[in-house]
Amino acid sequence: MPATSERAPPSSGSATATPLRPASRPIAWRFATVAEVLTETPRARTLVLDVPGWPGHRAGQHVDVRLTAEDGYQTQRSYSIASAPEDARVTLTVERLDDGEVSPYLTDELRVGDQLELRGPIGGHFVWNVATGGPLLLVGGGSGIVPLRAMLRHRAAALGTADAKAGHHIPARLLYSSRRWDEVIYRDELARLVEDDPTLEVTLTLTREPPPGWTGFRRRIDRIMLAEVAWPPAERPHVFVCGGTPLVEAVAAALVELGHDPARVKTERFGPTGG
Amino acid sequence: MDHGLEESVADSLRLDGNAAAGVLSELFVPDLTAAHATCAGCGATRAVGALLVYAHGMGTVMRCPDCDGAVLCVTRTATQVWLDPTGARRIIIAVAQSAI
Repeated sequence: MPATSERAPPSSGSATATPLRPASRPIAWRFATVAEVLTETPRARTLVLDVPGWPGHRAGQHVDVRLTAEDGYQTQRSYSIASAPEDARVTLTVERLDDGEVSPYLTDELRVGDQLELRGPIGGHFVWNVATGGPLLLVGGGSGIVPLRAMLRHRAAALGTADAKAGHHIPARLLYSSRRWDEVIYRDELARLVEDDPTLEVTLTLTREPPPGWTGFRRRIDRIMLAEVAWPPAERPHVFVCGGTPLVEAVAAALVELGHDPARVKTERFGPTGG
Repeated sequence: MDHGLEESVADSLRLDGNAAAGVLSELFVPDLTAAHATCAGCGATRAVGALLVYAHGMGTVMRCPDCDGAVLCVTRTATQVWLDPTGARRIIIAVAQSAI
């Protein structure tokens, strides 16, 4: 069967429109090849992948990764796509969980040239593109930054074109919680994005030992912090919250208490992760 | 009602509908997590992606955050997938406008 270009038709502009795929078949499992492995933090690695037949994706989507042991035992995990749709290659950023079954293999064992079985892109709820509009409020904890970073990369690519400057004005704010300075994933990239774009604000909070001289927030994200950092509800920001379940639920509840429309607060729980 | 440690462990394992997007993609062509489901228990309508997901060995239960009712249940055996949609009164899926 000849390979067909499966590029999804552009979104009609509605955040919820889901273009139908031409053929009615499930999203296929395929083997990607690891092209590069980058170290983000002591526990986080970015895997840059060559994925044959990749149809493109939307910022916020994820892939399912499947590992098969020699005895046939299979296990599966979901990982948010770290790259923007505009990026040349699909990338994933994985943070090693000490007692993880899958993450230590991905962060410590995978080498350039190895293959990884995955399917995707998956998901149509926790997604954002510039057509959805703003203001854009992103709140993340630990590895929850991954899909948010894809959104920011997409925003930078889309707003960076000459066409776009004419029409788009989408201010964005990121509030990102990490345990320590050296565990802030994409730390340098976030600083560069801010430097290049006065309409982007990034606020970090560190929940454990901050570095000497740290004048930023030094506690878990709470309602007071959100009230300071977020837009007022009257601005009707599009909000995306991602990270461990306790953080996501506390943040979503606080935002609704502050008056934000629950329908505009989208959440993606990563389960009982640290951060 | 304080279940103490048990409750907090179960709470932190709770995911949301996004986690079920993969298994739902095996059953539905359009992404179902962006669709809106009306809970048959309490009538609340929200995105399937915003339902609470409790995954267990046999399958996936997607619950209403308001009334805790099971909205969608997906169970797998070696040869079948059982979808129990009775907890959903209605599911509305947005489709791209066709250019006729």
